[in-house]
Amino acid sequence: MAEKMAEKIIGRPGGLYAEFPRKGGAAPTATHYCPGCGHGIIHKLIGEALADLGIQDRTVMISPVGCAVFAYYYFDCGNLQVAHGRAPAVGTGVSRAEDNAVVIAYQGDGDLASIGLNETIQAANRGEKMAIFFVNNTVYGMTGGQMAPTTLIGEKTITCPEGRDPRFTGYPLHMCEILNNLKAPVFIERVSISDISHIRKARKAVRKALEIQRDGKGYAFVEVLSTCPTNLRQDSEQSTRFVNEEMEKEFPLDNFRDLSAETQPLLRGESDFSRDSIDKLFNLETESSPDAVHDPTFKEVHVKAAGFGGQGVLSMGLTLAHAGCNAQRFVSWYPSYGPEQRGGTSNCSVVISGESIGSPVVYSPDVLVAMNRPSLEKFAGDVKEGGIILYDSTIGAWDIPADVRGIAVPAMKIAGETGSEKAANTVMLGVMLSLGVTDLSRENFREAIAETFSGKQKLISLNLNVLEAAVKWAKENI
Amino acid sequence: MATQLVKGNTAAVIGALYAGCDCYFGYPITPASEILQEASKYFPQVGRKFVQAESEEAAINMVYGAASAGHRVMTASSGPGLSLKQEGISYLAGSELPCVIIDIMRAGPGLGNIGPEQSDYSQVVKGGGHGNYKNIVLAPNSVQEMCDMVITGFDLAFKYRNPVCILADGVLGQMVESIQFPEKAVQPVIDTTWAVSGTAATRENLVTSIFLDFDLLEQFNYKLQEKYATIKEHEVDYEDYMTSDASIILVSYGISSRICRSAVDQARKEGIKVGLFRPRTLFPFPEKELRAIADSRKCTFVSVEMSNGQMQEDIRLAIGCTRPVELLNRMGGNLITLDQVMERLREISAREEY
Repeated sequence: MAEKMAEKIIGRPGGLYAEFPRKGGAAPTATHYCPGCGHGIIHKLIGEALADLGIQDRTVMISPVGCAVFAYYYFDCGNLQVAHGRAPAVGTGVSRAEDNAVVIAYQGDGDLASIGLNETIQAANRGEKMAIFFVNNTVYGMTGGQMAPTTLIGEKTITCPEGRDPRFTGYPLHMCEILNNLKAPVFIERVSISDISHIRKARKAVRKALEIQRDGKGYAFVEVLSTCPTNLRQDSEQSTRFVNEEMEKEFPLDNFRDLSAETQPLLRGESDFSRDSIDKLFNLETESSPDAVHDPTFKEVHVKAAGFGGQGVLSMGLTLAHAGCNAQRFVSWYPSYGPEQRGGTSNCSVVISGESIGSPVVYSPDVLVAMNRPSLEKFAGDVKEGGIILYDSTIGAWDIPADVRGIAVPAMKIAGETGSEKAANTVMLGVMLSLGVTDLSRENFREAIAETFSGKQKLISLNLNVLEAAVKWAKENI
Repeated sequence: MATQLVKGNTAAVIGALYAGCDCYFGYPITPASEILQEASKYFPQVGRKFVQAESEEAAINMVYGAASAGHRVMTASSGPGLSLKQEGISYLAGSELPCVIIDIMRAGPGLGNIGPEQSDYSQVVKGGGHGNYKNIVLAPNSVQEMCDMVITGFDLAFKYRNPVCILADGVLGQMVESIQFPEKAVQPVIDTTWAVSGTAATRENLVTSIFLDFDLLEQFNYKLQEKYATIKEHEVDYEDYMTSDASIILVSYGISSRICRSAVDQARKEGIKVGLFRPRTLFPFPEKELRAIADSRKCTFVSVEMSNGQMQEDIRLAIGCTRPVELLNRMGGNLITLDQVMERLREISAREEY
């Protein structure tokens, strides 16, 4: 007996509260865990390391869903309780927000390896700064003994009452081995707490995982083979034997990885909240437009531009919107959107107004710019009475509605001769400028082109040349 | 004051940056992806934190983590993604954590399509996840409001320690308008009375939504309801456009309300007495204000929305079914058109004698 006492290696660790008022009830120093449960030992090992390493102030302990859902009753540090399986995602949020925090997620086999498997693997793969303590006892505890992803072949639980049969339920998941395929983790070890000699080794692994967190080096994963006498209907000897003989056979104890010596601390830096810095992100000093001015005398203009993806109809619309903005008009631009639209036809609506704009979607345009035949087919009938259709002359003959003015513009040709066929969209802007349909000035358009191709001097001068060539063509031919 | 042409989704990120939002966690989905993309571009440039999460669930739980640490944190998605986030939103509400969640609504149910719809109204306004909780819900109808309401949203989220949703749609996310940039940048301060930040000052704190004791949980639920009552009392916001003499009241939010505004202008020229009532907050819903209109005169309400009438129910409840509440809607990614609204207005004004 005296020898047994000497063997008692853990007293009440400083990292656990002396009493557990959050638990309530009549026994303020007793845990809620069943007799023979492994959680108590693992809590003590973690609590001891927290105190010894002096990291309690920095620690955020994440309680899972499972029997350890109340881990926050016990750990003397900051505590969070989170949704089932989501601890690594929550831990990511904490760790990114607070670079100096020591983040610990304490999870069971259902939580970590079943419902939360994705979060587990992805947080490990990102190398999040957190220690994960994975308590594997082959069974769902809190919900009453259902099969876990780690249940052994042949092991009986209440949802595999005849024993786990791999033909129907697959095989036990080996989390350390799975995570050991990833590059980012710093430390991966599987330990057991079945008896004192095993607890000694477990203690070292727990400590190492937390040292890595103290030093901010990255991801550490410790799988702990543990006991659940209640749900597995074992007494203490049977549960020790079960862990040592059956679980260890399936889940060999090993240090899979320890890169802590060669890993440098990962620092993510401070957030900058100053207005100047944000203003600079958007170049507010150099790239601001004048505010719109109310002008009820200005007749609202609705433009629709349409063509194949790649014909620049969206950017033409944006340039037009910029030009309107420069003229202190209210403007809106609305595209057909989404990658699903790529490769097909695209179109955009532009509204230029002297008042704040109602619908940004143009149904009956004053001006339709059609860069290809399908666009003309689709939208020509929508153009307002007295409206204008500008279409590329390569589309060929087209029956323009009677009350609408149709102009075939050799946009590709003019653009090609002036520099690049790709600037055919700018030809259409030049024609609009020349026709005066938007009541915008040459200067408005020139500035807008500079904004659209911001910083790309070559493209700016090419498009300005194309704009002028288009104006010249319009004057001579319309 | 600085003005630029900006896309709606970008405006939300601009709002977040000036609102002192420290962390962004999200997952790609059309038509909300630009929020994720713009956050990935701008956040790191000012040392703010960005993670493209592995899933919508992971994203909202990262939000839970950073919010627990007391930081200003945002995520965004669209209908199918919002459905996935509901678990996390329930936990955020249950743990009384502040955050801003943007929903750029698309058409459903299921995968639906990427066109605009307003069919997430119920799942966002009524709670969506399990439990007796409410989100504060703001409904922008311009690119400027996409920016401004994110800033307001953070203020409300921290004032009430509650999730705030910005309920927008595909059009508002994708359209470009000019915005005036915020003139103030918020310098966030961590509230050490409840946050868990891994610091000595917050070591005693606990963030949780568990109350094992039935009576304690009931008490907590009552406390939440009191909070929602306070929010209803103080935070209602709406825009009232020419309703004072109107006998037809269009009630509409988001992009639909823009179309309604054009319709009001046009119908007034035809002599139809119509006005637009636009809730800017969907929870709290402007119940008293609608009731006051209903009580003041004979009139017809028309709920104009791109859904199967999800807001129509709230209008009926607000006015106690004292006046007719019609539905004018489109679904499937189609916008309500000006012509459609005009047709209904002419029809009602011909039918009803006020």
